[in-house]
This record gives sequence, structure tokens and C-alpha cells, in this order.
Amino acid sequence: MSPLQLCLVLSSLLFCIGLVAVLSRGNAILVLLGVELMLNAANINFIAFWRYGPHPDAGTGVIFVLFSIAAAAAEAAVGLALVIAIYRHQQNIRLQEATRLKG
Amino acid sequence: MTLSAEKLWFIPALPLAAAAVGALMPRSGRAIAAGAAIAAMLAAFLVSCVALSTALADPAAKLVHNFAWFDLGTSALRLGWLLDPLTAFMCVMVTFVGALIFIFSLGYMKADENFKQFFCFLSLFAAAMLGLLVANSLLLLFICWELVGLASYLLIGFWFHKPSAAAAAKKAFITTRIGDLGLLLGMLWLYNSTGSLLFFDGGAGVLETAALGSLAAQFTAGGLAVSTAIGLLIFCGAVGKSGQFPLHVWLPDAMEGPTPVSALIHAATMVAAGVFLIARVYPLMSADQVLAHVPLHALTVVAFIGAITALMGACIAVAQNDIKRVLAFSTVSQLGYMMLALGVGSWVAAIFHLLTHAFFKALLFLGAGSVIHSAHHEQDIRRLGGLRGPMKVTFATFAIGMMALSGVPFLFSGFWSKEAILHAAHGWEVSQLPFYAALIAVVLTAFYMTRLVAETFFGKARSDAAGHAHESPATMTIPLVILAVCAVLLSLLAWPSPWLQHQLDPSAHSEPDGISLMVLSIVLVALGLGSGWAIYGRKPRVSETSADPLATASPGLIAFLAAKLKFDELYAATFGRLNAASAAFANFLEVWLWGGIVTLLARLGEFTGLVNREADERTLNGGFNSVSEKVRGTGLAYSRAQTGDVHGYLRFIALGFVILVLLVVMGGAK
Repeated sequence: MSPLQLCLVLSSLLFCIGLVAVLSRGNAILVLLGVELMLNAANINFIAFWRYGPHPDAGTGVIFVLFSIAAAAAEAAVGLALVIAIYRHQQNIRLQEATRLKG
Repeated sequence: MTLSAEKLWFIPALPLAAAAVGALMPRSGRAIAAGAAIAAMLAAFLVSCVALSTALADPAAKLVHNFAWFDLGTSALRLGWLLDPLTAFMCVMVTFVGALIFIFSLGYMKADENFKQFFCFLSLFAAAMLGLLVANSLLLLFICWELVGLASYLLIGFWFHKPSAAAAAKKAFITTRIGDLGLLLGMLWLYNSTGSLLFFDGGAGVLETAALGSLAAQFTAGGLAVSTAIGLLIFCGAVGKSGQFPLHVWLPDAMEGPTPVSALIHAATMVAAGVFLIARVYPLMSADQVLAHVPLHALTVVAFIGAITALMGACIAVAQNDIKRVLAFSTVSQLGYMMLALGVGSWVAAIFHLLTHAFFKALLFLGAGSVIHSAHHEQDIRRLGGLRGPMKVTFATFAIGMMALSGVPFLFSGFWSKEAILHAAHGWEVSQLPFYAALIAVVLTAFYMTRLVAETFFGKARSDAAGHAHESPATMTIPLVILAVCAVLLSLLAWPSPWLQHQLDPSAHSEPDGISLMVLSIVLVALGLGSGWAIYGRKPRVSETSADPLATASPGLIAFLAAKLKFDELYAATFGRLNAASAAFANFLEVWLWGGIVTLLARLGEFTGLVNREADERTLNGGFNSVSEKVRGTGLAYSRAQTGDVHGYLRFIALGFVILVLLVVMGGAK
């Protein structure tokens, strides 16, 4: 396999692990962790396609990933704030119990 | 056998791998986690020995291996490994003492349910510390420095269910962070001025002549050389990490952690990192020495801070009653000695004392751990006593450690290293005050260590726990014996010839021995030991409530010392108050200023809404109602899908995603 394919396999694995975490864990923090994993899988793809793509000298991949990491940091801050808000309401952070907004 | 500098990363990588193994084990994998940690530490010790033999083949050479970490535009951020005798000696010491402490922890932490995490954290700590030692870049050193801080936070707060331990962990983390801010600023300034953070880089590194010359030739606003300012900022980091005045307050509280942690982190290795840092950047710290007309030399500050810390730590230790706190303040005091030695220009003496201190202080802490373990976690020396009989091995090894720390002449390593420091302080041209402070601290050290041993091991047992004490298991006593042997044998590094000094700094010329100084220090040690024995040993304490002879003589002074010179209260009354006041001010702004504006806007909106509603109800009602009824019905039907269960939604999203992917793939196949 070429290095690009190896990177893609790695990122797919990472993405799947993240997806499983998101779908199966009840703890909101662990779900957030899963989301981060999926995001980082996408970051690996950016880097891989940049590195093995037609313009490896352009620096676009790294810049894109830096933006994506910054966005992820902001997202984590918002996510954790939401988790704390949920905790204040129901004294735990189990997502199964956070159903108060249903129709 | 030799080890090239490229392979130096093996040393930190081994414990790091053990930490990873420990992290991946389930909680029941106790034996594997502990076995991996100890095996990795022993392997790292062997690699360090090879590194030492390589470094000693040519002590003056700096073997470096630099590599680019990542590219930023046209410039690259470079890191590297460095092998010289300083690194090699430190690595051997950390891995050897570390391995013994790991083995001791097997016995000490046996009953703890989080045994596995403990070894994982210990390995992480060891990896960070070793990474710090082999770094050839201030940036890499800083990264490891912070990792060491993190590991220390985890280990101090290991028994986090105790509120005092959680608070101590936070205090240690935040206090050292204050110093690290200075280190970070110094690092940025250094990078800005020289464009590099590598220590040695074939002439282009920051510790090499070209960079040092340009740093010492520029001046800041106050007339300081730039190298002085950067050196002092870097020293801030060392002050925080090495528990120097005024940031020493975290170190005694850190005794809330398990005792092996105190031995490893708060006596032998982590607190030594600050001393190591200053020794490593010593060329930078001393670059301003060539300038005669600057207001301040960086090393002068280092020397005075060290002297204040040495004296203050020794004074406070006299009045403490917790066995571990006495040792903690003695560590503060000894670290002050090392800083003093660095400040007066003898970094070799500082490193020598660091090495010997690591061995006998680890010995003392582990001995204290053995006492605490067998006396059912009784740490108050007023409630111990009479342990000489039941705990013979612990007593004998503790006594050796105590004599090494006090500086009992000739046989014990502590005597030689302390002698080297006193000698260097005596020869300092700037001031003799640090020398006198160090002499007073010598007496006090011998005094409080005699008191500690007399109260703990002599007399009769003053509580049930002490009465039922028995010798600790072999996993705990064997490390004690090995460390005790080392505490004696390390004298050979300095006597009969100053071998270590020549290996560390081949350019240093051998100075004539100050016989009169040696006699003076022997007299002072004897004075300390004798007065300690006369006050505490001859008439041992009868019961736990009987008064301390010194406290009866001067109750005010002893109470002031016992309260650690009220530093915590002082900081609470100044920085704590300041923080609370600024928070109250911010709250005031929030409630009255911003709150007022927001309320005004809200009222305005409310009024507009009111006007709007009137218009709406009178004109636009009617026809819309029937339409909206229909919409409502449809919405109600769809809202059944809104279960409120996040996982349900996520599954639908995932399913949709899979279908999309399948469509794209099949569409592509066509």
C-alpha cells in the first residue's frame, strides 16, 4: 500500500473508533471525546492529501488543519460548557436522561 | 560500549513505554503494570550507564544530535539530544534512585486499590524527568518540565479523596506555574534575540560564544544586560520548581502524596530539576560576569535567594512535628544550598550536592515511609518513639541518612558535598553573607535531624500504633540498605581526589583544601548534633502531650516557626485579597454597568413588542389561525420522531451518512 493509503486506513480506523464512541457511550464527555477523534481523523486526511497531493510545498494542508484545531478547541469549550449546564440540571451527564427538549 | 547521541532518546522512551503499558492495563493488571515500570527503569539505568561511560571517554565533548521538529515557512523549529557528563550523571542518578523507589512502592502501595495507576504515573514522571535531562533545546526541556509538573500534580493528588491532598496538588501546580511563566517569557525573549533555542549547535547554539557575546553586549531599560534579564526570568522557573523562597510554599504541602512520591519527586529528582536547569544554562547565567558596570549580575540574585532559602528552610524544620514535613523543609534548605553554590560560581559543587542529596534524601524519605507504613500512618513524631528496637534495619539506615544529611565528617557523602559548597561560598568576592547563612544552616541541620531521630526512634512508644510497629517487608528494606550503602560510598566521588569535579568541568583547576574551613564545619556539625542530643536525646519525651523543651523556652518563636513563618497567611492576606477584590470589582461592573445597559435595552424591546402586539391582534388575526392549525397538526405528527434521545439522532445521522457514501460509491461505479 502507498503511504497515502496507509494514512487513509489510519484515519478511517480513527474515525470508526470515534463513531463507535459517539454512538455507544452514555457519558457526554466520552461522546465529546469521540467527536474529537472523528475530527482528528479528518485532520489526518487533510495532512495526507496535502502531503501526497500535487502541491506538497504549498502549506495549505497544515494551515487548514491549524484552523480546524482552533475550531475544535472552541467547540470543546462550548461542549464542556454544555456538559456543565446539563450537570447542573440533572446532577449527572448521562445523555439518555437528557431528553427534556423532546417534542 | 558506547552510545551515540542519536540513541539518547532510549532513556526517556523506556519509562514512557512502561507508562503506556500501565495506562492500557485494566485495574486488575497490577503485576504487569508494576513489572513493566520497574523493568523499564532498570533498562533505562543500564542505558544511562552506557551513556555515562561514553560521556566520560571525553568529558569536555558535547555530543549532540539535532533534528527538525517541523517547518514553519522558511525556518524550522529544531529539537535535539545532548550527551555530556552532566546529563549522564543525572540520568544514572535518576534511574538508579527511581528504580529503588519503584521497588519500595511495591510494598508501600500494596493495599491501595489504584496500585496500577500509581505505577503508570510514576513511569510517566520518570520519562518526563529523563526527557528533561537529555534535552538539547530549551523548548524540549520546557515541554518535559511541564510534563514533570503534570506528573507531580497527579501524584501529589493521588489520594484525591482527601480534600487536603487535592488542595496540595492544586497548590503545587499553580505555584510552580507562576515560576514557569517567567521561564516561558525568558525562553521567548531568548528566541527573539538569538533565533534559536538549541543549547549547542556547532557554534550557533544559545550557550555558545557567539550568542552569549551578543546577549551580554545588549542592554535593557534598567541598564541590565539582556543575558541578565533572560537569566533571571529562567531562574524564576527554577525558583518555582526547586521550592526556593518565595515560591517554596508548595513543597511542604506536597507531602500529602504517598511517601515514595515524596522521596522520588520532592526530594531526589523533580525539585532538583531547577538546579539542573541553572547548571545547564550556566554559561548564559554567567555571561554577564565579564561586565563590571552593570547594576546586577544574575548569579548574585541566585546566590542570595539560595542563602535565604537554606537558612529559612533549616529554621522552620526545627519546629515541625510531622516526620515528613521536617524532611520537606530540610529539602527546601538543601536546595537552597545548591542554588547558593550555583550563585557563587561553583555549579560543579551544586551538582555534586544534588547527586549525594538525592541518595540520602531518598533514603530518609523511604525510611520515613517505612516508619509510617508500620505505624499505621502515624506521622506525628510526638506520637512515635521507641522504634529503635522493633525496626532495626529502618533505624540503622535512617541513622546513616541522617548523618549524611547533617554532614558528619569523612565517612558520609553529604559532608564532602556540603564542604565543597561552603568552600565555594567562602571564596565568593561579592559578599560573605551567604557563607554565614550557610554556616548557621549547618548547625540547624545537624540539630533538627538529631531531634527527628531522637523523637522517632529513642525513648518509649507514645501511642498504640508506635507500640505495635514491626519491621517492614523486604521489598521496602532492601532499597533502604542499597541507598544507605550509596550514601556512604558516594564519598569516593570526592575523596581522596575530586574526581567528579574534573569529570563535570575539565577546565576547572583543583583548589587547595581549606583545612581551617573543614575544621570549622566539623565543629559546627558537632555543635548541632551535641545540642540536639542534649535537648531531645538525653531525656526523651515521656508522653505525646509533654511540652517541647524549646517551646517552653521560647514559645512565641517556636510557634512562629511551626506556622512556617506565616507565609501562607501572608499570601492569603495579600495576593488572595487582591484576587478577591478584583473579582468583586469585576462583579460590580457586571451587575451594575453591563447589567444596567442590558436591562435598558430589554425594556426598550419590551415596549416595542407591546406596541407591535396591539397592532397585530387588532389587524392581522383571523385567517392565519386556520392555516396554523393545520401546520400544528403536521408538526405534531413529525414531532414524534423527536425522542430527545441524542443517541437516536446520532444513529440516524450515521445511517444517512452511510447511505450517502454508498450512493457516491455506486454512482462512481457506473
